[in-house]
Amino acid sequence: MAKYILQRVVMIFISLFIIVSATFFMMKAIPGDPLTSERSVSEEIEQQLRAYYGLDEPLFIQYVKYLKSVATWDFGPSMKYKAQTVNDIINDGFPVSALLGLEALFLAIGMGIILGVIAAMFHNKVPDYISMILAVIGMSVPNFLLAALFQYYFSLKLGILPTAGWGDSFEQTILPAFALAALPTAVIARLTRSNMLEVLQQDYMKTAKAKGLSRLVSTFKHALRNALLPVITYLGPLIAGVVTGGFVVEKIFGIPGLGMQFVTSINNRDYPLIMGTTVFYSIILLVMVLIVDLLYGVIDPRIKVSGKGKGGE
Amino acid sequence: MQKNPHKATDFQPLTKNKELDVISRPSVSFWKDAWRRLLKNKLAMAGLIIIALLTFLAIFGPLYGSYDHRTTDLENKNLAPSFESQHLFGTDDLGRDMYQRIWYGMRISLFIGLSAALIDLTIGVIYGSISAFSSRTTDNVMMRFADILSSIPYLLVVILLMVVLGDSVNSIVRIIIALSITGWIPMARIVRGQILQLKEQEFVLAARALGANTKRLIFKHLIPNAMGPIIVTITLTIPSAIFAEAFLSFLGIGVEPPAASLGSMANDGLSAMRYFPWRMLFPALFISLIMFACNVLGDGLRDALDPKMRK
Repeated sequence: MAKYILQRVVMIFISLFIIVSATFFMMKAIPGDPLTSERSVSEEIEQQLRAYYGLDEPLFIQYVKYLKSVATWDFGPSMKYKAQTVNDIINDGFPVSALLGLEALFLAIGMGIILGVIAAMFHNKVPDYISMILAVIGMSVPNFLLAALFQYYFSLKLGILPTAGWGDSFEQTILPAFALAALPTAVIARLTRSNMLEVLQQDYMKTAKAKGLSRLVSTFKHALRNALLPVITYLGPLIAGVVTGGFVVEKIFGIPGLGMQFVTSINNRDYPLIMGTTVFYSIILLVMVLIVDLLYGVIDPRIKVSGKGKGGE
Repeated sequence: MQKNPHKATDFQPLTKNKELDVISRPSVSFWKDAWRRLLKNKLAMAGLIIIALLTFLAIFGPLYGSYDHRTTDLENKNLAPSFESQHLFGTDDLGRDMYQRIWYGMRISLFIGLSAALIDLTIGVIYGSISAFSSRTTDNVMMRFADILSSIPYLLVVILLMVVLGDSVNSIVRIIIALSITGWIPMARIVRGQILQLKEQEFVLAARALGANTKRLIFKHLIPNAMGPIIVTITLTIPSAIFAEAFLSFLGIGVEPPAASLGSMANDGLSAMRYFPWRMLFPALFISLIMFACNVLGDGLRDALDPKMRK
């Protein structure tokens, strides 16, 4: 187990190193730098600015410096927001995004499991069809369109929920959270349903029935617990989806989260901010996937996590 | 040593019972069987019909009406959809006919989806089969490389690449490149897994004994046998490529004007949603329709092509 964790952590560091290097050289490969593109300033000022951002040094030195600063968790100053460092922006934006993401996560897991269980309990009957059609729709309507449609119907037409904003009331979080949760809800519902159908065929379900358990108890106590195991493997991609989905949903609802900062940094070509947020996102996602994998081993003792787990045949 | 009690005359050739040998049903090939299963799946058939219809309209839809997708008409901007004006889906903020633009955008979205899927297929098949046929070490290195590449979140890579490629290439080509950079990995994994499974089977040994080289083995024997999972992966790649394109265009880093895709049109319409909702709703509707159709068809194909998944 310890060897496995160590191996995974090493893999994460290799991945991170590649991500950091790739983003660095990709950003440097863009013709011109942020200083040349704007208005022309006098020679001396440009020199000063270049020195401030460390752009006057050879590429390799810049690279080493960048690696060092990433290792010490210092992403340097933002190019657009002169007074703020990238660290400040991440520290401000992340809690907002995390809150929204968690809300969406709970919604998705709750709704997804309920839909999936209903579908499995009424297999090939009307409730099954309804929940599966809902799931396919959830998978088909892109989250950014859903966000816009929610905004249109619930805020503009019906006026029951606030259009945009953040931090004033709980109501403001409802629409963005639902928009973010739609896709994962659909995936979880489908996963739960197919796993439930499989588990319901198992012998121990017959035993449960034979010893006189009611359908409700046997479904929730025996079937659901086992059916949920594979759903846990989906948590890694789910978190990735909620995070990337946040880019557009935050943009539409004007939420000052990290996703919005990332999108704005792209439009502003604010390279330190792009690099910082990319590295930050990558770390979160890699660590989350690791945690989920480990959790899976803890919850289901039948699965042995070992170094050979993923690589071999 | 015991003597064989039987004499040669004890053995009589069995008289062939012709009636027992008659094949009562026509033999059904794998593909026919799969097709029959697909036909029974109503949702998948609905998906197939929607895809056919949308493709047809993307090609021939523009023949209706007297407008084209790029002529601006500032006197008739933001018109609501109506039959009389022949603006079936209304007009946008520059007075361009939304009906024409939808089909134009649909072509671009479909083109991007199909090209990305095709590139993924090519790279995935080559990478996967090389990996499966290489030594254990090479195979391991190749798969680790794929693991690392795929551990980076897909949309993050794509967004970064879009920024890096900048204006150096046409925006549509740029999207296709960005989508393919990590898009081939699932395909490579599936092809590798299938080949590893198949290559130990007798028919491969037979083909080898008859003198087939590795290349022939892969393309004539192994890939055709792995076609089921490959097709399923392609049908699920197309909607994810279309989604990613729409996502990027919606963020404003996708298809650039004068070109337009359904995603960029939805983005244009977003700001005017309050007053001219059709500019947002029609592109949104068609993106969702095409995603829906591809998703249900992909599901149906998976059920049809994978007999183990049969209900």
